[in-house]
Amino acid sequence: MSEYEIVDHEHDVVVVGAGGAGLRATLGMVSGGLKTACITKVFPTRSHTVAAQGGIGAALNNMGENDSWQFHMYDTVKGSDWLGDQDAIEYMCKEAIPSVTELENFGVPFSRTEDGEVYQRPFGGHTLDYGKKMARRACAAADRTGHAILHTLYQQCLKYQAEFFVEYIALDLLMDDNGKCVGVLALCMDDGKIHRFRGHQTVLATGGYGRVYFSCTSAHTCTGDGNAMVLRAGLPLQDMEFVQFHPTGVYGAGVLITEGSRGEGGYLTNSEGERFMERYAPTAKDLASRDVVSRSMTIEINEGRGVGPNKDHIFMHLEHIDPATLQMRLPGISETAKIFCGVDVTKEPIPVLPTVHYNMGGIPTNYHGEVVTRKGNDQDAVVSGLMAIGEAACVSVHGANRLGTNSLLDIVVFGRAAAQRALKTVEKGSAHAPLPKRVTDKILARLDKVRHSNGDVSVGEVRNSMQNAMQKHAAVFRSNTSMKEGVQKVDTISKGMDNIGIKDRSMIFNTDLVEALELENLMQQAIVTMKSADQRKESRGAHSHEDYPERDDKNWMKHTIMWLNEKNKTKLDYRDVHLNTLTNEVASIPPAARVY
Amino acid sequence: MAEFALPKHSKIVKGIDYPINSEAENTKKINVYRWSPDDDENPRIDSYTIDLDQCGPMVLDALIKIKQEIDSSLTFRRSCREGICGSCSMNIDGTNTLACLKSIDDVKGDINIYPLPHMEVIKDLVPDLSKAYEQLTSVKPWLQSKSDPEKGKSRKQSPKEREKIDGLWECVLCFSCSTSCPSYWWNGDKYLGPAVLLQAYRWIADSRDENTEQRLEELEDSFKLYRCHTIMNCTKTCPKGLNPAKAIGEIKKLQLERR
Repeated sequence: MSEYEIVDHEHDVVVVGAGGAGLRATLGMVSGGLKTACITKVFPTRSHTVAAQGGIGAALNNMGENDSWQFHMYDTVKGSDWLGDQDAIEYMCKEAIPSVTELENFGVPFSRTEDGEVYQRPFGGHTLDYGKKMARRACAAADRTGHAILHTLYQQCLKYQAEFFVEYIALDLLMDDNGKCVGVLALCMDDGKIHRFRGHQTVLATGGYGRVYFSCTSAHTCTGDGNAMVLRAGLPLQDMEFVQFHPTGVYGAGVLITEGSRGEGGYLTNSEGERFMERYAPTAKDLASRDVVSRSMTIEINEGRGVGPNKDHIFMHLEHIDPATLQMRLPGISETAKIFCGVDVTKEPIPVLPTVHYNMGGIPTNYHGEVVTRKGNDQDAVVSGLMAIGEAACVSVHGANRLGTNSLLDIVVFGRAAAQRALKTVEKGSAHAPLPKRVTDKILARLDKVRHSNGDVSVGEVRNSMQNAMQKHAAVFRSNTSMKEGVQKVDTISKGMDNIGIKDRSMIFNTDLVEALELENLMQQAIVTMKSADQRKESRGAHSHEDYPERDDKNWMKHTIMWLNEKNKTKLDYRDVHLNTLTNEVASIPPAARVY
Repeated sequence: MAEFALPKHSKIVKGIDYPINSEAENTKKINVYRWSPDDDENPRIDSYTIDLDQCGPMVLDALIKIKQEIDSSLTFRRSCREGICGSCSMNIDGTNTLACLKSIDDVKGDINIYPLPHMEVIKDLVPDLSKAYEQLTSVKPWLQSKSDPEKGKSRKQSPKEREKIDGLWECVLCFSCSTSCPSYWWNGDKYLGPAVLLQAYRWIADSRDENTEQRLEELEDSFKLYRCHTIMNCTKTCPKGLNPAKAIGEIKKLQLERR
C-alpha cells in the first residue's frame, strides 16, 4: 500500500465528527488542556445538528410551572417505552439544567421571556406532574435552536483554538491486538493523503444513519460512518430496530417541520377535517410522543382518511395562529413551507407525512460515553480507548422512542460527560505504543478496493434499492412477513456492493469515492437494522409489530445487540435494561401502560 | 507596451454534451462548470439534459440526479438540502445562492452553474473557503464578557435586546454574499467581506457582549471595513434574506459615533 502517503498525528484525544456532540466534547477537552484533534467530513457548522429546530429540553422552570428534572426523567422513561436505561436518563435530565445554562453562557441566542429568561415551549411527551398536563420545557431559539447551538459551540471551539481537520472522512478505527482502540485512519479530501490519528481516547460523534431510508429528514451526510466503523472493529450495535418517524416531514420533500409548531398550537387533521389525535391521545392530543402520533397518522391514511388526490398524507394547521407569533416563534418552518410546498402557513395547512428522522439505536455506551460490549456474563464491559456520543451512541437514554428536544440535550450532556471522563482518564501528553503496520494496511486495502472498483452498477443504483427496501420493510408498522422479505432483500442488495463501479479515480475531493464508502457504511447498518427488527417479537416504542401488537416486558425488556462479520453475517445477543437509577434522589419508574 | 495575459486556467472551453436518451418531453439543459486539479486542462462546461418529470424541484435535485444517473464524477458540496447548512452555495443563473433553495422553474432556458466567483477552485463546483473561514476567526466571533454570569444562572436579556440580533445570527456561512461583492473580489485578502462583517456585527449588537469598543477598534481599518462601498450585491443575493449591507452600515455608524 505504498501508493498512499501517510501523515501521522499524535493527540491525547481524537474526536470524529463536529456536530453538537463532537463540538461539545472537543470544547470540554481543549479547555481542560487535552491535546485534541476534531476530524470532520464537513465544515463544523454544516453538521446536521444545524437542522434541529424546536428546542432543547431542560427543566429550567422559566415559565413558572414548578417543573423539575424528575418530571423530565419520568417523561423520558415513559417516552422510551421502558427500554431506556434509567441511570443514564437520570443523569441526562439532571445535568440538563447546568448544561443548557452553560450553553446560554457560551452565547447561544435563545429566545427570551418578558423577564429576560430563556424562552421555553411545550413539546411532545413533556408533561408536569407525571403526565397530568403539558409542560413548557423546550428551550428555544425561535425554530432554529440547532443552528444557534451548533454555531455557538463552534465559536467557543475557535475561542480555545481547537484543532480541526475539516473535510477528512474517517475510514476505520485503529484497533490493537488487545481490542483497544488507539486512534482512527482518515482520508483528507482536499489532497487525498491518508492521515493516521493516534489518541488515547477516540470519540465517535458521527451522528445517525437516516440515509438508509429513501425518505428522511436527515441530511445527505447522515450515513452513520461511526456505527459502521464499530461493526468493522468487531463490536456490536444496540437497539438498531428502533427508528423514529417524525410525524411532520413535508409531504414529498421530506424536510422537517418542527414539533414545536404543534407546541405553539398547531394541529393535525384528516380528510374529514377531524382533529383525529384527540381520539388516540385524549390528554396530550397532538403533543403525544412521536411514535404515537406517527402511528395514528398512518392508521388514518391506511383507513382511507388521508388528504390529497391520493389520500396519502395529512394536513398540519397553523393558519389559526397569530401571524406575528408565527413570525417570531416559527420563522424557519414558515419559510420552509413556502419554499418546499408553496404553502403560506398563515392561510393554508402544510401537507405532512411521518418521515424517518432519528436512530435511537447505535453504539452501546455507559453514561460517561464509554463504549461497552457484552463479554460473556459481563454486560457492561468497557471497550478501552473508545467513546461514542450523540445520535451515534445508544446510552440508552431514548430507548424505543426519543422525545423531541432530547436529542439536542443528549449531544450536549454526553459531549460534556465524555470530556469530563477523558480529563479524568487520559494522562496528558503520554506516549503512544507502536502500532503494527498491518492494522493500517488492512484499512487501506478496503479503501483501495472501493477506489478502483469498476463494476457495472453505480453507487446510486445500489443505494436506491437499499433505501427503497428499508422504506418498505422497516416502516412505521412491521410484520413477520414483511420483515422476513426485507431481510432477504437487503441481503441480496448488499451483494451488489461487489459489482459497484466508480468513475472518478482522482484522490482530490473525490465525492464519488466518498459516496461509495458511505454506501458501504449504510449497507452494513441496513443489514443490522433489518435483522434486529425481524427478531424482536413485540411492539415497543417505534417498533410496531402487527403480529405482536403488545409490549412484552417479560420476554423483551432488553436491549438487542448485534455484531456483523466480514461476510455480512450477524450475531445476536442482549443486554439488560438498567432499571436502577443513578442516585437515591429519585425512585426507579416501574413499567406501566403508556397512555398519552 | 504592457502585455496582459489571463492567469492560467482562466479560459473556459466547451466540454462534453450528455444528450437525453429518452423521449422525455419536459427536459432542461444544465450547463455545469467542470475543472479537475489532476490534469493541466482548462476548465470546461459540460451539458447535461435531464427529464424534469423525473427530478425534484430544486437545482440541487438536478445536480444529484446528474451525479446519480449520468456522471458520478461531478463534484459539489451538499448536505441538509433545506437551506440551513450552507454547503451548496454556488453561482446559478448568474446569481450566488444555495442550490437546494433555488427552484429549477425559476430559471428560464438553460441553467448555467458555476462555482462561487473569484474563489480558488478545488474541483468543479467546490471552492476553497479556507481564507474566508480564517477571516471569520479573525473577528473573534464568540461571546466576550468581562463579568462572569452568576454561577449556574443564565445571563438576562430582554426580548427587545434579543430582537437586535435577529437577522444576524441566522447566517449559514455560505459566503454567497462575500463572493458576490466586487470589492471582495478585488481585495478579498484584506477586506473582510459582508459575511464576516455580519458576524462581527452580530456580537457588537448582542447585549450580552461587553467588548464592543475593542471589536470596533479592530474593525476601524480602511480595508477590513471600509472597502464596503455599499454596492448592496450582498443583500440582493443572500439566499436567507438577510441584510449584510445594513449590518455593515450599522458598524460604520458606530465608528462615526466613537470619533
